[in-house]
Amino acid sequence: MNYTAGQIWLIIGLMAIGTFAIRFSFLGLIGDKPMPPLILRMLRYTPVAVLPGMVAPLVLWPAATGGQPDLVRIIAALVAVGVAYKTRKVVWGMFAGAAAFYAGLGLTALL
Amino acid sequence: MTAATAKSAYLTGFRDGLPFIFIVIPFAVLFGVVAIEAGLTLAQTMGFTVLVIAGAAQFAAVQLMLDNAAIGFVLLAALAVNLRMAMYSAALAPYLGGAPLWQRALVSYLNFDQTYMTAVAKYEDQPDMSVADRAQYFFGVASAIAPLWCAATLGGALIGAAIPEALALDFILPIAFLSMVAPMVRTLAHLAAAVVSVIVALLLINLPSGSGLLIAALCAMVAGVAVESLMERARA
Repeated sequence: MNYTAGQIWLIIGLMAIGTFAIRFSFLGLIGDKPMPPLILRMLRYTPVAVLPGMVAPLVLWPAATGGQPDLVRIIAALVAVGVAYKTRKVVWGMFAGAAAFYAGLGLTALL
Repeated sequence: MTAATAKSAYLTGFRDGLPFIFIVIPFAVLFGVVAIEAGLTLAQTMGFTVLVIAGAAQFAAVQLMLDNAAIGFVLLAALAVNLRMAMYSAALAPYLGGAPLWQRALVSYLNFDQTYMTAVAKYEDQPDMSVADRAQYFFGVASAIAPLWCAATLGGALIGAAIPEALALDFILPIAFLSMVAPMVRTLAHLAAAVVSVIVALLLINLPSGSGLLIAALCAMVAGVAVESLMERARA
């Protein structure tokens, strides 16, 4: 990480202001006036539109292995997705994915 | 309303918020560990957690900062992760729009996935709740979660340095994100958005950090809405 302390605080400060502005936007400024339906529809896809694209390169080309695809990480990612999807619970996906990951790392170390 | 009902609304909210400690504690500890590992100071780590108070966006920002992305891209990508909260803000307005400004501001600061989802479920369930009680209920839920989020981040930041490299904590982050997003995939349209997001992000991986992701997210949102419209037309 090559930022100065000032730059890091700038990031934190602007993120805090921006996040608050997003959260305050409708509740604070317009009360209960309705939004354009198309915008509402698009916003509803925000989490599923951002997170998968952010994670995919981390799963396929992890920095920890020098960017080489790693079977243990790919399997652990699939386990996390599968369990979280099936149970609809974030916490079970995290536990299962972590368990699969460390089991895989342990096995690789033994073999 | 009376002081008595406000107090009971607050306590009910607090009780309903308690189960979330099982998600919040590991996630917050992890943020503390990841932030310190990435090279942030203790004060910067706590600054993120207290001022921004949005887990997924904090992780996204730290991830991009590890890549030394331009500050503008860090902000854009992290705030894009938080855009869903504009939806939450809009969805809360009919229930809390009548509350005093300071309460709406405080609700906004504390408006994250768990508080929003718990509160809206309650408001839908009990349409007769007064605006004041709704606000107290929201603050109750947040009181069970937010202080713990900060304390657990501090704990993670303090023990972080003691966690050995062999634990490969780098990969806990993708696992946490995938676990967060998978339950949100409820329809074919969500799935289409997620798949488009992955494909476009991988195709644009060589663009400056963060910018490929933003394009991918935009394409994914359009794909989600398009599939949703197609499905509605097929049903009609």
